[in-house]
Amino acid sequence: MTHRIWYKPSRTLLAVFALIFFAVTGARAELLIRITEGADSAIPVAVVPFAESGQMPAGDKVGSIVQADLTMTGEFRTLPPEKMLSLPSRREEVYFRDWRLLGQRYVLVGSLTRSGDRVQARYELFDVNREERILGETAAAPASNTRSLAHHISDKVYEAITGVPGAFSTKLAYVTLDTANGKPRYRLQVSDVDGKRARIRLESQEPILSPAWSPDGKKLAYVSFETGKPVIFVHELSTGQRTKVADFPGLNSAPAWSDDGRSLLMTLSKDGNAEIYRMNLDSRQLTKLTNHWAIDTEPSYDASGKGIFFTSDRSGGPQIYHMETPGAEPRRITFGSRYNARPRPDNDGKYVYYVHQRDRAFHIARTELKTGEETILTRTESDESPSVAPNGRMLIYATRQNGSNVLTVISADGGAAYSLPASEGDVREPAWGPLVR
Amino acid sequence: MIFSAQSKAFALLLSVGLVAGCSSTGGTSEDGGEFGSDVSAVDQEGGSTVYGGDDQSGVSSSAMTEEERMAAREQAEQQALREITVFYFDFDTAEIKQEARDVLVAHARFLANNPGQNVRIEGHADERGTKEYNLALGERRANAVQRFLIVNGASRGQLETVSYGEEKPAVMGSSESAWAQNRRVELVFE
Repeated sequence: MTHRIWYKPSRTLLAVFALIFFAVTGARAELLIRITEGADSAIPVAVVPFAESGQMPAGDKVGSIVQADLTMTGEFRTLPPEKMLSLPSRREEVYFRDWRLLGQRYVLVGSLTRSGDRVQARYELFDVNREERILGETAAAPASNTRSLAHHISDKVYEAITGVPGAFSTKLAYVTLDTANGKPRYRLQVSDVDGKRARIRLESQEPILSPAWSPDGKKLAYVSFETGKPVIFVHELSTGQRTKVADFPGLNSAPAWSDDGRSLLMTLSKDGNAEIYRMNLDSRQLTKLTNHWAIDTEPSYDASGKGIFFTSDRSGGPQIYHMETPGAEPRRITFGSRYNARPRPDNDGKYVYYVHQRDRAFHIARTELKTGEETILTRTESDESPSVAPNGRMLIYATRQNGSNVLTVISADGGAAYSLPASEGDVREPAWGPLVR
Repeated sequence: MIFSAQSKAFALLLSVGLVAGCSSTGGTSEDGGEFGSDVSAVDQEGGSTVYGGDDQSGVSSSAMTEEERMAAREQAEQQALREITVFYFDFDTAEIKQEARDVLVAHARFLANNPGQNVRIEGHADERGTKEYNLALGERRANAVQRFLIVNGASRGQLETVSYGEEKPAVMGSSESAWAQNRRVELVFE
């Protein structure tokens, strides 16, 4: 089976971006990855450095990117290559007894071959105890894009071991804040999930909030204050084209896509009070989904794609509610403390994740929808903006660390995994992109 | 104390024109029956200028002077009140605090008297909690101030509200004091 990974040259993007006033490229502001801890139950995996034939591009090796990918989930403990007794690159060279002695459950071996401007990978994953090959595939990518090739291999390995698709090829959107010439500089950026290959999509002196990925991963909706007030834009990533979709009096905020990508949920206060609406993006027709004197905001479709989770302070403080169908009588989900907000459901309808106040701290918590059981997932104390990975295994959120805002990725059950501080300034408002096939 | 209080009461009565027909009180002459022609006691108490002697043609009415004086004082007071343009709120509330009310009334009167003056009402929240909820909370605070100004005489057309949520803190930092200063509404006169 051959997988091809296409990478669009950035030159075309640059040309388009130059035409757009706010959009900026060229500059890169990488996030620095900092792995905090792995779970105690981490699975031992050996990622053997891939054999190479032909000229390979400079930069990180495919094997080391795969190793870093697996490590950062917290679900795996990888063996440093210097501890390996041999460096096999194919099945005939794998001595299972050696890997058992080293305490490994799985071994990944492979090789890379340069042909023209492409690099082909052939890789195999072995279950050490059963002495069985559980994965054997080839994949190819342009030589300029071996990083995508590596993430693709990580996805396959992750799926072979856990049964759940990996999310290493997905993207993150987030907003960085620093100062330039004494003025605040907000930048909407898109990067790999390890913070690498960050690209600036929008730069503004005014706040940018709430980026939300379209289901096909091609567009971002977000709130920008560039006109002096919160306005919702939809931004086509490949062309840089931006469309102002909601600019009503008052708030235009909290965009969330429908599964078919044809409508947006949003919070508008054009009638005097924050209410949740659905906008058909073709006709721009609005349907009002809540009608209450309280604040209703932060909508998100549930796993069925029909119901809606949202935040309302109709009980006196912000709590999570669920509407079975748009406009139906909402059911309150959270009761555990006086402040629960910004719900984000997983994709299989099991949990809803949100910001939860406990005493003086704000954590990320989740509630199991069937039982109503609530679990606090984080030990950090100024947590915001949870966003669930499309495979439901991980969660990214914004928090404060040593006085600046960083992004932290944890496994969905709360084991700490890694943080992504900005190389300079603050980073906030993470949105985990969809799985794109 | 008692004397002073009586004098003040008298001055007050005088200023509202109720003194005519009063019986004589300590040192105040009633001759001429004309109210306010000779009101030395009040003058001394109130500090306004008194002209004595027949050659004086333009004796000022001390009651009028008092009115003007009070108007001037009130104007100064109102102006001093209007120096305050930032109003603070408790966590997750949009309730206008008692101490903000007089100031907002002063702003509302000023706006009523100056229909050409517009003001932008900017609502803010502290960094705690979620950004989008805070955006709505900032708007709720701005709306509370807008309603208060309208009730007290400003017209809706003069007032524009915008919420920045937690995005534009007045003070950086994550202390109680920083949060307290960031939960605010600012009036920006344009």
